[in-house]
Amino acid sequence: MRIGVFVCHCGSNIAATVDPAAVAMAADSMPEVAYATDLMYACAEPGQKAIVEAIGEYRLTGVVVASCSPRMHEPTFRKTVERAGLNPYLFEMANIREHVSWIGKDKEANTRKATDLVRMAVEKLRRDAPLHSRRFPVTKRVLVIGGGIAGIQAALDCAEGGLDVVLVEKEATIGGKMAKLDKTFPTVDCSSCILGPKMVDVAQHPRITLHALSEVEELSGFVGNFKAKIRKKAPYVDWNLCTGCGACLAKCPSKKATDRFNEETGLTTAITIPFPQAIPKKAHINPEFCRHFMTGKCGVCAKICPAKAIRFEQEDEIVVEEVGAVIAATGYDLADWSGYDYLGGGRFPDVITGLQYERLLSASGPTGGHVVRPSDGREPKTVVFIQCVASRDPSKGRPSCSGFCCMYTAKQAVLTRDHCPDSKVHVFYMDVRAPGKMYDEFIRRAVDEYGVDYIRGRVSQIFRKGERYVVRGADTLAGAQVEVEADLVVLAVGAQAAHGAEKLAERLHISYDDQGFFMEGHPKLRPMETNTAGVFLAGACQGPKDIPSSVAQGSGAAAKALCLFAKGVLENDPQIANVRPGRCVACGKCVKTCPFGALNIVEARGRRTAEVVETVCKGCGICTATCPQGAIQLQHSTDNQILAEVNALCRF
Amino acid sequence: MKTLNLGESDPRFISEVEQRSGQKISRCYQCGACTGRCPNTFAYDLPVNRVMRLIQLGRREEVLSCSAIWLCAACQACAVQCPNEIDVTRVMETCRQMSAEAGLVSERAIQVFVKSFLGSVKRNGRAFEPGLMAGYMFRTGRFFTDVDLAPVMLAKRKLAFKPHKAGNGEVADIFRRYEEEGPVSCNLESDHA
Repeated sequence: MRIGVFVCHCGSNIAATVDPAAVAMAADSMPEVAYATDLMYACAEPGQKAIVEAIGEYRLTGVVVASCSPRMHEPTFRKTVERAGLNPYLFEMANIREHVSWIGKDKEANTRKATDLVRMAVEKLRRDAPLHSRRFPVTKRVLVIGGGIAGIQAALDCAEGGLDVVLVEKEATIGGKMAKLDKTFPTVDCSSCILGPKMVDVAQHPRITLHALSEVEELSGFVGNFKAKIRKKAPYVDWNLCTGCGACLAKCPSKKATDRFNEETGLTTAITIPFPQAIPKKAHINPEFCRHFMTGKCGVCAKICPAKAIRFEQEDEIVVEEVGAVIAATGYDLADWSGYDYLGGGRFPDVITGLQYERLLSASGPTGGHVVRPSDGREPKTVVFIQCVASRDPSKGRPSCSGFCCMYTAKQAVLTRDHCPDSKVHVFYMDVRAPGKMYDEFIRRAVDEYGVDYIRGRVSQIFRKGERYVVRGADTLAGAQVEVEADLVVLAVGAQAAHGAEKLAERLHISYDDQGFFMEGHPKLRPMETNTAGVFLAGACQGPKDIPSSVAQGSGAAAKALCLFAKGVLENDPQIANVRPGRCVACGKCVKTCPFGALNIVEARGRRTAEVVETVCKGCGICTATCPQGAIQLQHSTDNQILAEVNALCRF
Repeated sequence: MKTLNLGESDPRFISEVEQRSGQKISRCYQCGACTGRCPNTFAYDLPVNRVMRLIQLGRREEVLSCSAIWLCAACQACAVQCPNEIDVTRVMETCRQMSAEAGLVSERAIQVFVKSFLGSVKRNGRAFEPGLMAGYMFRTGRFFTDVDLAPVMLAKRKLAFKPHKAGNGEVADIFRRYEEEGPVSCNLESDHA
């Protein structure tokens, strides 16, 4: 093999604390190295050109680039060597930036370490074999998980782009959090007026199949060829027959069911339709409150239903959908604030969350849009808004800013002044974060036109005083403790990933952060992708987002799915496990340990042996470590290659 | 209010307060939760959050000569409330010690009371109220402070004429160790969350 070694300066990122020329000079005397040099920016156009030219000029058959992390630029350089006619897997990368120059200041020691890493890469490269990708067809269907605004946008864009879409929604209706909102900032237009038509489009689009009241239980397969197992929970109503007339709701005698759509600000019937514009507009029974399920008697709905659609005996149904890509759009939920004792932690009836307040403001809410205190139904005279509850609070393990609370608090403050012109409105804030288009102007309008009183400080205590609540905190600008008697307190509770997001992430084989938000492929450059090929993200499941950003990411994720399918066929990554049948004793240990179900025991030429399903294997290497016979090798990271690297490192 | 010249910031002051209190002062983002909960803030010349801000700005004089640090009752409401988990009470105590060392004490009577109290505890292993009040009155010249309470407390047998001792000098050993070895230097938490 004729190896070329290219040591990158990365401007001063590497060259400041590593001597690239010295590393190149040391590499020159390593075995089978035919050419070694240093480059200013190996990844830039002139750098890549130099690599391509050197491959031709020195008849190189393998290339090592010592630069940044493989996650950053391995694909870049694989393409570079491929352009010069080499197999892209006759390429190795030594990470001398993240692993060397950024973490140490001693130039001499860094240079030695960089040289060691290059030596390891050279030894690995000497044992590399050319690998070839397999091509396979794709199923041009997309699974969108979550029917909030991000999921709706993604589903509509995919469908418009010619893909069949399966939209799975956990609740009985799509619409998500946006459907619960009264108005939207900064234009204060009606939320359901702008969302409603999109929801109807979803229902009517011939390419979209909607599974409401459903959850994804399992996702198997791989990019282009996923199989999703979906549990359709029993609504105890035949949705093919239900017309959504609402006769059953009117007659249901059990009227104390938890109203999840209204954020528990009111009660609903055991058989219910979440809200008038629900899609699908079908009734479902909550068995926890239904008298038929509790006592075996009743059945009023069955008698009254003109379509005879009630089915008490209905059971959950499992459907399997074959799709080529998945878009996760599971959104957010409010953080649990029951631990905030100094704010009452939920014990005070008139201290409510911002989302609950939206339902009080909404004409379709339990109060018909009249702002009243939940405790006694009276209109409040003084309303206090508290921002940054369960946000920016490291002591409660929630250090991050939820991003959209400043804006919705300002909107709710404005709406409060609109609904109750005699009211006084105070907002306790730490910083107002309003970086969107027309956002800061909106905050100014709240103050200048609507007379909202902004107080810069955190609230330390809420306690009862008769029927009112004393809110005590600080005004740090005045430099004083302040208190105000309030009739209603609205908390801007921060966002966390939707309940159950972690479980779903594990089913989709994607990672999530400490708040449960799904991890994007790259925080700046791959916001829609995950590290699992074919699984994309949209909306607040990736991090708190307002409506414009969620819509943008929904469209972005749809574009990613469309790009994926534009190719028609996909290629797999050949860095996967490979069984040597001669050594395999068919013990089955690899089958048990494989997290992806990529291994099977098969009969071949009269004997049993393990076999890798090439398209399913992710190349994690667990089977390689498990196999007692050493019969499975991970291509491109064989035992021999790893040992050669260790030997290169431990020469003395 | 006078103009603070930011060029006069004293970085050694910040690091000394951090070192001796074991608290990371830069974590304070001035939310005011401490001030909001402070039961004594009505009497302070500076609210707690401004004391923290002036430490961040490295204003040795202003911090060590303010009355707030001496009026602090060390009730820890601020420390419990702080979203950044700064033990503000420790910071206030550190400032009291540094204020005494620098001779910048603004509330001498309080300092004397603290000294009398600690002296009594050192001698007896617990506080001997008549003795500590006598010491306080003698050193401050406030001979009539709370004297009206004495007959009431005597009637309720809350005041003794002889000190009740606690232990056999173990408490005095703590004082001796402190005087010999100085305050236990706290390690700052390494994470800069």
